[in-house]
Amino acid sequence: MAKGTQGGFWQRLMAIDRRVIFLAVGIAVSAPFFLPISPKIHITPEVESLYNALKELPAGSKVLFPFDYDPPSAPELQPMAVAAITYCLENDLKMVIMGLWPQGPQQANLALASVIEGEVGDVITYNGKTFKYGIDWVNLGFQEGREFVIQRMGSSFAAAFPRDYRGTPVDELDLMRGVTNFNNVDFVFSLSSGYPGTIEWVQLAGDRFHARIGAGNTAVQAPMVYPYYRAGQLTGILGGMKGAAEFEVLVGVKGGFGTRAMLSQTFSHAIIIFFIIVGNIAFFVGGRPSRLKGTEEV
Amino acid sequence: MKREIPLIITGVVGIVFIVQFFIPHEPFSSLSDIFSDWFSIIEACAIWLGALNLIKLSLDKLGKPMLLVTSAIVVVALIVGIVGAPDEFLAGRFPLILFAVAFLLMALGQYSRSKMKPDWFFALTTIASFVIMLIAGLAFSGGRTFQEPGTHYDYLYRSVYTPLSSTMFAMLAFFVASASYRAFRARNREAAMLLVAAFFVMAGRVPLAEFLGTLTPDAFSGAWATTGGFLSGAADWVMNFPNAAGQRAIMIGIALGIVSTSLRIILGIERSHIGGE
Repeated sequence: MAKGTQGGFWQRLMAIDRRVIFLAVGIAVSAPFFLPISPKIHITPEVESLYNALKELPAGSKVLFPFDYDPPSAPELQPMAVAAITYCLENDLKMVIMGLWPQGPQQANLALASVIEGEVGDVITYNGKTFKYGIDWVNLGFQEGREFVIQRMGSSFAAAFPRDYRGTPVDELDLMRGVTNFNNVDFVFSLSSGYPGTIEWVQLAGDRFHARIGAGNTAVQAPMVYPYYRAGQLTGILGGMKGAAEFEVLVGVKGGFGTRAMLSQTFSHAIIIFFIIVGNIAFFVGGRPSRLKGTEEV
Repeated sequence: MKREIPLIITGVVGIVFIVQFFIPHEPFSSLSDIFSDWFSIIEACAIWLGALNLIKLSLDKLGKPMLLVTSAIVVVALIVGIVGAPDEFLAGRFPLILFAVAFLLMALGQYSRSKMKPDWFFALTTIASFVIMLIAGLAFSGGRTFQEPGTHYDYLYRSVYTPLSSTMFAMLAFFVASASYRAFRARNREAAMLLVAAFFVMAGRVPLAEFLGTLTPDAFSGAWATTGGFLSGAADWVMNFPNAAGQRAIMIGIALGIVSTSLRIILGIERSHIGGE
């Protein structure tokens, strides 16, 4: 009798209404934004390695920023973009922004707007310093052609991007005058959430044209990119929101979204781990006998 | 000739790209540049083709009366866009005129076969969204390019497109949690290993232990910090070794498959992409 009741409880637990799970996840994601707690962020070697690669660049170096993502991936990638742009502005690194995704150049503008004081215009101000469009940064816009654009940039940036996103011929932009191909770019900071993205940048810009590349990827894409980091083809990886939070800590971005959202992600991971554990307990106690024997069942 | 010409183009382009990778000199480098430029041009045309096809499929679902009303509204809106575009921004007018002509032709072509479908509202929303973004971007950007901050297109991008697409993606978190609860079970040895790896990655990629440390007395903070370091290290190990090894195996497998399929296409053995067997 008692056993039957126990089995019934676990069976009911296994068949729990999914709205209960949705509610729990909703609370876990949103509640931490109201908590005044900021957990310590542990810096991983791959993030530190990317930061060190940026630190090696002297002032005036040109950093190519391919923004290969769209708004759904922005919660993870936008904090990386904000931190990277902050670092470039603080250390006088020149930014060449572009996108193999149509939404990329606008995401770049949004990131820039959240860093500077005032609006994005021909002249922007950050920490009292002024930066001019065409001299300190350019936005080449989106170009269709996926990895073939990277291939074309290997022979001529101007052929791949004849005009910037405003329609100005790139020959008229001071920053682009000395930039013929990847030999004239000191670092490529790929921010990507899929195809075309970091993998294509490594295979063409890195392997073919010997560009130094660092990457910021969504948590879903990061595992696919790790082999390139292990092989030394990437200087470092920022993986998901945790990578963004670590990078914010290293760059010194105060109150960055990545760091603020870390607690929210911590809670959501904890709740999913909790549900998985409960689901497995229910499975073994009330649903099925233990089958940890081998591969007889998939 | 309908098959031979595409096969010849495919073969020549494929061979040039392979050769120029190993011999990056003339004439292969120039040919590669020309083919890359053509790829971008064809892709850009394909985007238009895809967009027009989406509109055509949507028109099919409206039914005759609504198709007429929708077409009339869209044409008037396009005329307003074409006439209202600033003189200095003629580049925006040309695609609007092209789209207006294409839209009229499609509406006329689809009129006889259009039948109202249950999802007509989504089809109408698709057409409306497309036309609004097109006109806002090409006609009413105040003489600037549509992506610049402060334009109407930029406003729609930030205020409508971004929250809608982010919401769609964010909903995955809820379904992942529900699916994990129901399906992520240690049914066998492999599933148990996956489960353990997932635990370490999920717990180690966030400061879970460090957060728990803030809830307990100071005497335990050292223990939680050690646990956090261990979990983070374990997650890094899983990502850097078993994950990297598995990903490499998958990549090598995919690469070999791509090489063999590409060779079949370049040599004309595989013809399914041009309607052959």
